[in-house]
Amino acid sequence: MERVPILKLGDILIVSIQIDLDDQSVLALQEDLADRVVSSGARGVIIDITAVEIVDSFIGRMLSTIAAMTRMLDAETVVVGMRPAVAITLVELGLSLGGVRTALNLEKGVAALEHVRGTAG
Amino acid sequence: MTVPDEAAKRRIVDLFLSEEERLLRRWTQLSGASPDELRDLYQALRTALVDGAGDFADVRGLLAELSRARVRQGHTPSDTARMVFSLKEALYEAAEADGGPEALRGFVWFSQLVDDLGLYTFETYTAAREKIILDQAEQLLELSTPVVKLWEGIVAVPLVGTLDSARTQVVMEKLLQTLVETGSEHAVIDITGVPAVDTQVAQHLLKTVVAARLMGAECVISGIRPQIAHTIVTLGIEFGDIVTKASLADALSYALRRSGVEITGAERARIAVRAERP
Amino acid sequence: MNGPTEMPIATNGDVVLVRQKVRGLAAEIGLSLVDQTKIVTAASELARNALVHAGGGRVHIEVLHGARRPGLRLVFSDEGPGIPDLEQALTEGWSTGGGLGLGLSGSRRLVDEFDLVSAPGEGTRVTVTKWAR
Ligand SMILES: Nc1ncnc2c1ncn2[C@@H]1O[C@H](COP(=O)(O)OP(=O)(O)OP(=O)(O)O)[C@@H](O)[C@H]1O
Ligand SMILES: [Mg+2]
Repeated sequence: MERVPILKLGDILIVSIQIDLDDQSVLALQEDLADRVVSSGARGVIIDITAVEIVDSFIGRMLSTIAAMTRMLDAETVVVGMRPAVAITLVELGLSLGGVRTALNLEKGVAALEHVRGTAG
Repeated sequence: MTVPDEAAKRRIVDLFLSEEERLLRRWTQLSGASPDELRDLYQALRTALVDGAGDFADVRGLLAELSRARVRQGHTPSDTARMVFSLKEALYEAAEADGGPEALRGFVWFSQLVDDLGLYTFETYTAAREKIILDQAEQLLELSTPVVKLWEGIVAVPLVGTLDSARTQVVMEKLLQTLVETGSEHAVIDITGVPAVDTQVAQHLLKTVVAARLMGAECVISGIRPQIAHTIVTLGIEFGDIVTKASLADALSYALRRSGVEITGAERARIAVRAERP
Repeated sequence: MNGPTEMPIATNGDVVLVRQKVRGLAAEIGLSLVDQTKIVTAASELARNALVHAGGGRVHIEVLHGARRPGLRLVFSDEGPGIPDLEQALTEGWSTGGGLGLGLSGSRRLVDEFDLVSAPGEGTRVTVTKWAR
């Protein structure tokens, strides 16, 4: 099983998915992230999927789960870098990733998190 | 069809083998093709006739390759077919010179073979040309639908003319790609120049807006004509929370405001634009 | 060129291998990037279904040489419990495993041809085809 590294930048955790993940690794990442949010007190999570070639229902569900879970832990998740072909396919598949914030790239993801925190006070 | 006797077949194949140099020269003259191409073909034919026991797969492969190359070089289809058919003429001369009845009967058998190969060549030529035409049509399609950058962070596709499903798909993919490349978070899809949409096209527009959202960008659709609005509503297509604006100018000022740009004097600009509308 | 291939689907890792194989062939026969992504996503869904709902199976992968354009055909088969009600299984959001119920209905939308054969006790076979444009 592959473990996806989680980086910390200030109070943001950054996960960059670089490899084709099997379902087991996807679940492991979900758990690792929850642990890290709690242990690090992070306020934001960025999942960078620039390198990801497909998002199927399983990975889609992981993204929604992570977003909901981190929100419960008082952190916001932004998914960044979704490729056009992936987005078109997801729509056709019928997955709309409700409740998941998205941004075009890492930089915009960071800006979105800062904006959320700014308005939250 | 004539059923050739073995003796006739053997005689013509013998001729084909022994007269190689002369036949090749004559074939080159008659067909106007390059000697190298024909030599390769000749070799393949010889292999098929002598060792291949009638297996012409390699010959066909070679012909397919040749006809594709000829499409690219701009040869006509009849030119290309002549390349194959003229072998008959060259061989006929040899058979006539031989004069024996076996050679002539063998020639009838051989010419049927060449006819088959000629038709095959013609087919691959046509298929290759169709493919090129299709590819070109696609390129033209992309050229005819520009995605323009209106402002830092705002791109637009002004759609003009009839939208079919294929064109809409191409445009929408290009729009999403441009969002990524330019890092734009706002897109305006302007359909002022579109006379009508059908269900499929409306669905594609809708899916594009949702896909853009998944990528982290917002789309505004502008210039929906009354008839189109009517179609969309009658078809029961849910446009949901998708933002629509009357004109491209309205859409632009909306997108500007959303991206945090202060607009002064916008009222006047909007009135000016509206005044131009019938 | 590419003869038909058969791949087992027995582990999560196999699902990844199937995705990669399908991606490679889809690119080779000239599917557009979007179409490649669609067929790979469908393959991922169907391979996972065989693994999760039937305890494993296999996929038969074949490049088709149509009259005008090439295509890619995938046949997923398993000897699992089978599906009692096909209509229901193809309904968006219907799942017996607490999933989203998007795998079957969604894959059907992602491909050009879709065929589902299944009966209780007789396993399941799903055939999907995507043609180059
Ligand atoms: N190979 C199979 N063998 C047996 N039952 C199957 C098989 N594939 C699908 N099913 C049945 O059809 C239902 C719908 O499948 P579908 O893939 O659409 O949803 P799911 O797998 O439950 O959830 P997900 O959205 O995560 O794919 C499944 O819940 C299961 O009951
Ligand atoms: Mg499934």
